[in-house]
Amino acid sequence: MESSVSSEQVQQKVHQESEHTHDVQGTSLFGFIVFLLSESVIFLSFFAGYIALKTTTPDWLPPGVEGLETHDPLINTIVLVSSSFVIYFAEEALKKNKLTLFRLLWLLTSAMGIYFLVGQAIEWRGLPFGFTSGAFGGTFYLLTGFHGLHVLTGILLQFLMLARSFFPGNYTKGHTGVTEVSLFWHFVDVIWIILFCLIYVWQ
Amino acid sequence: MTNIPVEGIGIPGEKPKFQPPPGWKRYFSFSTDHKVIGIQYLVTSFTFFLIGGFLAMIIRAELITPESDLIDRTLYNSMFTMHGTIMIFLWIFPSLVGLSNYLVPLMIGARDMAFPRLNAAAFWLIPVVGILLMASFFLPDGTAQAGWWVYPPVSLQNPGGHLISGQAVWILAVAISGISSIMGAVNFVATIVKMRAPGMTFFRMPVFVWTVLSAQLIQLTALPALTAGAVMLLFDLTVGTSFFNSAKGGNPVLFQHFFWFYSHPAVYVMALPAFGIFSEVIPVYARKPLFGYKVVAVSSLLIAGVSLLVWVHHMFTSGTPGWMRMIFMLSSMCVGVPTGIKIFAWTATLWKGKIRLQTPMLFALGAVLMFLFAGITGIMLASVPIDIHVNNTYFVVGHFHYVVYGTVTMGLFAGIYHWFPKMTGRMYYEGLGVLHFWLAFIGTNLNFLPMHPLGLQGMLRRVSSYDPEYAFWNVLASLGAFLLGISTLPFILNLLGAWVQGEKAPDNPWRAIGLEWLVSSPPPIENFAEIPIVVSEPYGYGKDEPLVENAAAVRGE
Repeated sequence: MESSVSSEQVQQKVHQESEHTHDVQGTSLFGFIVFLLSESVIFLSFFAGYIALKTTTPDWLPPGVEGLETHDPLINTIVLVSSSFVIYFAEEALKKNKLTLFRLLWLLTSAMGIYFLVGQAIEWRGLPFGFTSGAFGGTFYLLTGFHGLHVLTGILLQFLMLARSFFPGNYTKGHTGVTEVSLFWHFVDVIWIILFCLIYVWQ
Repeated sequence: MTNIPVEGIGIPGEKPKFQPPPGWKRYFSFSTDHKVIGIQYLVTSFTFFLIGGFLAMIIRAELITPESDLIDRTLYNSMFTMHGTIMIFLWIFPSLVGLSNYLVPLMIGARDMAFPRLNAAAFWLIPVVGILLMASFFLPDGTAQAGWWVYPPVSLQNPGGHLISGQAVWILAVAISGISSIMGAVNFVATIVKMRAPGMTFFRMPVFVWTVLSAQLIQLTALPALTAGAVMLLFDLTVGTSFFNSAKGGNPVLFQHFFWFYSHPAVYVMALPAFGIFSEVIPVYARKPLFGYKVVAVSSLLIAGVSLLVWVHHMFTSGTPGWMRMIFMLSSMCVGVPTGIKIFAWTATLWKGKIRLQTPMLFALGAVLMFLFAGITGIMLASVPIDIHVNNTYFVVGHFHYVVYGTVTMGLFAGIYHWFPKMTGRMYYEGLGVLHFWLAFIGTNLNFLPMHPLGLQGMLRRVSSYDPEYAFWNVLASLGAFLLGISTLPFILNLLGAWVQGEKAPDNPWRAIGLEWLVSSPPPIENFAEIPIVVSEPYGYGKDEPLVENAAAVRGE
């Protein structure tokens, strides 16, 4: 902001935003992006750990394990990545005030997220190694589990935003929330793409 | 002006959303006022400072004689582990966050932090961390004993076989402290970037705000690495995974990378706000503008950036290959450039200034002097051959304490004395302040200087008994430690006494330039009657230009 802004203009802004002297929604979104920055460092650390252990551990795969099957995880990946497009259109629908379309697409995103989680749970059940099966087992479950936890969080936040959309008073607040949840979902997707390449493609 | 909440201050016709209870009760409430939270942080962390200091007294009492005769070795391990942990996670971090919490919104012309509820929640996690750590003394196997850096395989030892071991509780407590720090960091960065008053451009922000921003950016970009490492360590310890357990194919050196990727920059999370305090205090008591303001401001960001690239200098003896040692030696030495800029700027500010040696200035100058020494030994430690010689000796302990006590804690004292009249509306007692300074200054040097020759001669740290040839320096160090312990008494006496019945402080007792000095002492709820409109750079001492356009309206006149 420039110093040429007069005190009347500032006070006017105070009045307009009732009890705030700043752009509350902009600050909230900015804060959320800053938070995602720190989240990405956690994932980067886990990725670095995975690479370090994979390249230095002599017996990387547990005895009797040949490698990971990639067919089902690939379908899972396609579903999750597609959901990023769906949530984008949901957000666009809300911007155009098409509330019903927003809810439908929003719900579809959650459904795709749930499909992903269920798919992962089925994969976990069928795997011949566990969390304590050497460095490979540990990092595999840590990475996929921690990511899965983020997917679950994303789905819960989506439900929260959906519920809020039924309260007209919360509409404006819900809007920032929708942008933030959508951003979170894209973030979780990008992380999965890296994770998929790291664990399933680079075997 | 009064500090009683004024109805609808700044927002005619509207009540503030939240009013803390009156008087001292506000400090025991879930207040969302950044000033209340700031003082809550400061008082809580100071309480832990006393506990951590008490443990240090036990350690130094044990080391006054070569034999291990005061406490057994297991308890000694607990003592140095908990001393380090408490001082770092419950004193230095939270106290700096407290001071920053109090000052940042005032300094940038905001009514509060960006997310006040998040702010309060971040504070209330700190007592939880403290209670967890203290409670671990009562566990069957006692507290964590692996030192504050919790290197595996030592930290993976669990002879009692209990699921809830001192080490597991330690990791949990540190993780909670990490969550609190991340919450705080998001809040500070959002506040500083998004909530500055009109006209408060980045290059009109006080250097303290710059340093807080830089420090909090480190928290955001480095702390998650420690969290990741801690999560993996906790799994290794409790469910038997093998990330760092070499017996099961894991890699213990990987943990060191996670740990130091955060814990080296963490030193700057501690030191940068202290540099900010020096940059605020020195111009006021030298009556001169801060020399090279813009360069000093930007050097904070440079320090933050370079600090993320130097962590391996803690691991020169961990099987690190020679080429890597070279790279990290050079990058570590580069930190000396932006920090050197700061020291030159402070010195140049003092040059031909009208210096007033009041308590805050004494502490600031003393701390800068000790930081200079810490910086020199830091460069020595960055040098591979010297580091290998003194690795894991008292030289490192001495260097580190010159940073965390000599620089940061003394810097904090400078800040607390300087802003005490603003925070409480009372003046502290100058005589007691000066006494505190001299006891602390002599105590610090007597305590930590002997550690350098001890380290050069090869005395290892974390041992409760030692060869009698080291006795002389150890006795000196212990006497210094006790003096340092005693130095805290005039501080407590001073602040408690002054807060209760000190002389009333004017709005701007130091004739300082800064938004926080425009409002009453203590500032009213929501800080400003009208948001200030900033029209000039900070530190305009001796210049004839106002800081803000609407000073009277800001005060509500």
